Amino acid sequence: MIQVEDVYFTYPNGVEALKGMSLTIQNGEFIAIMGQNGAGKTTLVKHFNGLLKPTKGRVLVDETETTKVSVATLARNVGFVFQNPDHQLFSETVEDEIAFALKNFGFKETITKRRVTWALNLLGLTQYRKTSPFMLSGGERKRVALASVLAWNPKILILDEPTIGQDYQQKEKLRQFILQMKTQRKTIIIVTHDVEFVAECNPRVLLMRDGRIVEDGEAKEVLTNLEILTQASIVPPQIAQIFLQLPELGLPKNVIDIYEARNRLLNILEKDIT
Amino acid sequence: MSQSLLESRVGINTMAIIETKNVTYTYPGGTKPSIRDVSIRIEKGEFALITGPSGCGKTTLCRCFNGLIPHFYQGELIGEIIVVGLDITQHSIYELAKHVGLVFQNPENQLFALSVEKDVAFGLENLGVPREEMRKRVDWALNLTGICELRERPPHELSGGQQQRVAIASVLAMQPEVIVLDEPTSFLDPLSAKKIFEVIYELNKTLGVTVVLVEHRLDLTARYASHIVIMDEGKVILDGEPRKILSSEETRLIGVGIPKVTHLYHILKKDGVILGNTAPLSSEEMASLLKEALKT
Repeated sequence: MIQVEDVYFTYPNGVEALKGMSLTIQNGEFIAIMGQNGAGKTTLVKHFNGLLKPTKGRVLVDETETTKVSVATLARNVGFVFQNPDHQLFSETVEDEIAFALKNFGFKETITKRRVTWALNLLGLTQYRKTSPFMLSGGERKRVALASVLAWNPKILILDEPTIGQDYQQKEKLRQFILQMKTQRKTIIIVTHDVEFVAECNPRVLLMRDGRIVEDGEAKEVLTNLEILTQASIVPPQIAQIFLQLPELGLPKNVIDIYEARNRLLNILEKDIT
Repeated sequence: MSQSLLESRVGINTMAIIETKNVTYTYPGGTKPSIRDVSIRIEKGEFALITGPSGCGKTTLCRCFNGLIPHFYQGELIGEIIVVGLDITQHSIYELAKHVGLVFQNPENQLFALSVEKDVAFGLENLGVPREEMRKRVDWALNLTGICELRERPPHELSGGQQQRVAIASVLAMQPEVIVLDEPTSFLDPLSAKKIFEVIYELNKTLGVTVVLVEHRLDLTARYASHIVIMDEGKVILDGEPRKILSSEETRLIGVGIPKVTHLYHILKKDGVILGNTAPLSSEEMASLLKEALKT
């Protein structure tokens, strides 16, 4: 469980990135944090693994205050995948990259090997086992960074913009993977601008603006609230856009799923034909 | 060389502003080619969208358009690439940069100056643009990308999204004939991304700038395209008119994420509801198709 209690954070250059945030994330929750650039999303999640400590207020992870433990200790439970994979990758081969943290955490060699193979396979990277991460495409490097964190199986997983550079199939795999993690009671927190991905996953959505949370709710409600979305610099998902443009049809506004859209449209279109 | 001379040269020879013939390229130390037998033709003034699964060779192809391949990356290049009438193997990156602006996938690889303003002015300084003109163009580019207030800031201190705007501004300031953008807004929030795409579309429409855009997110970008190229495993699989290509079965099979509205149109079609003759690419188009269907 993560508890954020009235947290303020000011960077050394004076930028006030968090302006009084309170929030509870239960074990096994899947949360998408959204909002415009500079809203404080990344600053917030960096508090969850202790990379940043609040200027005022407290952050507790599993009831331990983040100021009381080292980042290394927290990291065992809280895995963080950065937005830009190049900030994370440094090994000579993909395999070494994934094994690095496992070795650091003191996993036995046999287990390390097994975990590496598992993570490579999960993210479709087996063919690149011996390749340098820097020879790979942007999307592939992003998956290496993810694999290296998944390998040590943290309880809480934070993914900063996980869908950047990922094609449709990779995104679908990521979605299924997240759902699978959810069934194992893992906590998944993604920071994302990808409204279509969020619409497909239907997580709890936290909308941030200017260092504060402006909305907290189910994806289908938050992503169809045009007024609040505009404030947070978000465009509704494409399916929702259709319905928002046709208020005269008397359809519900909160449709983000393509099959729900189809059923509702078939209903009125067929009614219209007869 | 004067702009008009160049334009006439390009204009007389061919209308294609980018043309590749049977291009195969392997990176140094690579075991297999990253692009294979690629032949495409992009006409002057087109808005071309290149898409395909991750690792399909999109970025590699873009690097050919401004000569980074073969001049910087070296490796083995077979085939012919003509951009704005120039054979890229015969002209330096410096020369090609006057005509082709490339916005990289990762803005950090592109920015290096001490202030945003200097980064945006850098290309112009190199071209020897007069000071007054330079100032005008820098202001224009900063304004279009919405970063006027960042002009004094060091680029490396900015967020990923802000850096992307700087990278785009520095390419726009050059006012090149061709702009190649490799997932240029991936770090930007959706509304900002939309605004940037609209600015680029506007330049394409009003100034006739040729745009080559690499993107996965077709929900956001398909509406602007006049031409779509789909790649898979280094090869061009489909090449042509967006509505046709995004409606084809092959596109779905490759796993390209077609826009949700286009998908919805086809699902409804399978259910026996045909909304007009052409598939929509944006929610506005879908909404008007629905209005039309409900009128009758």
